[in-house]
Amino acid sequence: MEKVGDTAELDAEFTALYRAHLRDVYSYAYYRIGNHHDAEDLTEQTFLQAWRHFERARSEANGRPLRPWLIRIAHNLAANYYRDRARRPQTGLEDAAVVSTPHETEQLVEGREELRDVLEGVAALPDDRREALIMRFALGMDNREIARALGRSEGATKVLLHRAIKQLEGALAARG
Amino acid sequence: MGELSDTERLLRFALAPVEPPRALGERVERGLTLVAGAAAEELADWELKAMRDPRNWMRPVAAVAVGGAAAGALVLVRARAHHRARPGGLKALDRGARDVARGLRRRFER
Repeated sequence: MEKVGDTAELDAEFTALYRAHLRDVYSYAYYRIGNHHDAEDLTEQTFLQAWRHFERARSEANGRPLRPWLIRIAHNLAANYYRDRARRPQTGLEDAAVVSTPHETEQLVEGREELRDVLEGVAALPDDRREALIMRFALGMDNREIARALGRSEGATKVLLHRAIKQLEGALAARG
Repeated sequence: MGELSDTERLLRFALAPVEPPRALGERVERGLTLVAGAAAEELADWELKAMRDPRNWMRPVAAVAVGGAAAGALVLVRARAHHRARPGGLKALDRGARDVARGLRRRFER
């Protein structure tokens, strides 16, 4: 039998989930897609879909954090976005971090170029490697969370991250 | 995690979290409220269709369901009025409508 107040509890939990992870989903969407406009659409769609399946996800999670589930929804929607529109992530990111961090002029120019190289390098990686890096560095997810979001084992995720970083290092070194 | 390499430090800086625009939060909440409302309306339509099927008349719970639908409509109206009074709040996820929906489902499934 359903507990009294279960609906209210469900709504309250979804509200908390939404508030806690709006920035995560948006950051993921932004780095995945590369522009704010489409990142907003993707974020909205992610939460709408999450709401539809929240009750089941909550019961299946057995108390585990739901962030990987949310990011998995965003991941699937982003995959559809590329498939439907035959797009690749944009490399000309309107990178907030680069623009908003105060630097001396020379450092700023140098830093911007370096970070732009990194972002272009990330965008050029295979999808799974790029996603793993976004989850680790933009969202601060650990191996276990990334593994759940990508539907892989923790071991495979660790290897994936390692290879992603190595490939990026190689690409940056090649640029000089 | 051990000590970060230079590349990892650069990645942490380059992939800094991005704050969503304030308007996005409002937009998502509006969308959620609309979807919740649409789901409740869909369920109300389904309930009316179910009542047109004579097979459902034989079920002893039908009378209860009719009463439930009437009460549900009232709660739905209340939920909408409540939502109009407080636009943009995720708390107004049409809680009343969802309660009704769940209650009706339970009655039909019995």
